[in-house]
Amino acid sequence: MTAALALGDDALVLSHRLGEWAGHAPVLEEEVALANIALDLLGQARVLLSLVGDEDELAYLREERAFRNVQLVEQPNGDFAHTIARQLYFSTYQRLLYEQLATGESPFAGLAAKAVKEVAYHQDHAERWTLRLGDGTAESHERMQRGVVALWRFTGELFQPVEGVEIDWRSLNSGWLESVTAVLQQATLTVPAGPQFGAWTAGAGRQGIHTEPFGRMIAEMQHLHRSHPGASW
Amino acid sequence: MTAVTADQTAQAGAGRPEGADEALEAAFDRAVAADERIEPRDWMPDAYRASLVRQMAQHAHSEIIGMQPEANWISRAPSLRRKAILMAKVQDEAGHGLYLYSAAETLGTGREELLDKLHAGRQRYSSIFNYPTLTWADVGAIGWLVDGAAITNQVPLCRCSYGPYARAMVRICKEESFHQRQGYELLLTLSRGTPAQHEMAQDAVNRWWWPSLMMFGPPDDASAHSAQSMAWKIKRHSNDELRQRFVDICVPQAEALGLTLPDPDLRWNEERGQHDFGAIDWQEFQEVLKGNGPCNEQRLTQRRRAHEEGSWVRDAAVAYAEKHTAVRNGEATA
Ligand SMILES: [Fe+2]
Ligand SMILES: [Fe+2]
Repeated sequence: MTAALALGDDALVLSHRLGEWAGHAPVLEEEVALANIALDLLGQARVLLSLVGDEDELAYLREERAFRNVQLVEQPNGDFAHTIARQLYFSTYQRLLYEQLATGESPFAGLAAKAVKEVAYHQDHAERWTLRLGDGTAESHERMQRGVVALWRFTGELFQPVEGVEIDWRSLNSGWLESVTAVLQQATLTVPAGPQFGAWTAGAGRQGIHTEPFGRMIAEMQHLHRSHPGASW
Repeated sequence: MTAVTADQTAQAGAGRPEGADEALEAAFDRAVAADERIEPRDWMPDAYRASLVRQMAQHAHSEIIGMQPEANWISRAPSLRRKAILMAKVQDEAGHGLYLYSAAETLGTGREELLDKLHAGRQRYSSIFNYPTLTWADVGAIGWLVDGAAITNQVPLCRCSYGPYARAMVRICKEESFHQRQGYELLLTLSRGTPAQHEMAQDAVNRWWWPSLMMFGPPDDASAHSAQSMAWKIKRHSNDELRQRFVDICVPQAEALGLTLPDPDLRWNEERGQHDFGAIDWQEFQEVLKGNGPCNEQRLTQRRRAHEEGSWVRDAAVAYAEKHTAVRNGEATA
């Protein structure tokens, strides 16, 4: 069940990152919105991980190298623009992915059909903020542009085929590029020109190679659970 | 209340005859006495309006500051189910803040102005949130005791004389009672868990019990705003009445939890049909109120920082909206 683990870890890790915004959001409405998205993702993660095994064992007792999420979702929040750029890239990917899965005959069809509605909202949220920040003030434009550029090199990994996910990866890639390009242009932002991969080979996160901040993130996430072996909560 | 609307007040004001204010005030008093709701457009005494804004603002501020001690545990929640419950709870509190700021807005005071006052330390929030959440069990203790005390305080406010506040409280109380049950269930799981978990739960209850009793405010003989608020039906029971009610609710629940309440003087009083309980350390209450609690500085600093660091985001949203309304209007006239 490599596939359920990969998709489940994406959702789990991004949910965790969004949860870190609680109490720090720029405006009260965003406290609600970011928590909404985090909760949707956590719900997806729990369904997906449960296809593989015990959700808590998987979330709390795996070592860093056993996580299969893409590196994009583990990137620290940064400022609000950085978070929105991450949301734009990921939610666009996830919507296109789940749309394909929902219509196919994969074991994920049911989950995907439900999730695609949630993810469409996530994408809408990210796009609206991309427009506001890109086409808002000079400062917000600059911050949004920085976020969009900084995370670009983590986007190539999104289109590396995942074993067990039977979809058309090429059309996923082209659909993503088209959608993101349109939003960035409308937001008066420049579409990054750099490579869509970092120094690692493509698909590093899917193979359990993560970035440094991820280790600290799961150390915090797992600490309490691991401190009480065998306890139930 | 529909007897006297603001429009009628304005008309009356133009050539207001002697004694018009008295007539309005008498109508207001009659409406309150008859348990009718006062609505935003109704005439109301300035002091009633000010008192409501003060109370609603303090309540709204408490909701949003109250997110902090619990958000402190989201990243460490020990199971995915608990993590989802906790995130949803913290989100609810943000929602409560939103309803309450909107309710205050119906009296002509905007959210931005109230937040500025909070950040400047000129308006308060509930002192309970100036205590730290040191262990996971604190999340349960807050749900059980703090949300529990809030419910005891707030259920009567669902019948508050001011309509928008009363309606906001109906929605809020429903959600608070979820929080209370979830907190109780969390503590129960710990209490029946490993010895270390049980000890964690007991320690949290030991630390949160007394501050929870302080949430009802100073004793009746020392409460500054109580009498007038009761007359206006902004408040319906005295601080001491509500505190007693809360103690009586908690004692059997603590027993069912298998946890002890940290008060050697706590016992059933057959004669009164209520529990007697020990003396509250009002010195501590006053100190925390003055800003000397364990987390006053931290809570306010985080709130201010979130607001300041978010200012460019809010500015961008305004700038974008202005640009695009201008564009739309331009298109419309072209
Ligand atoms: Fe609340
Ligand atoms: Fe609550």
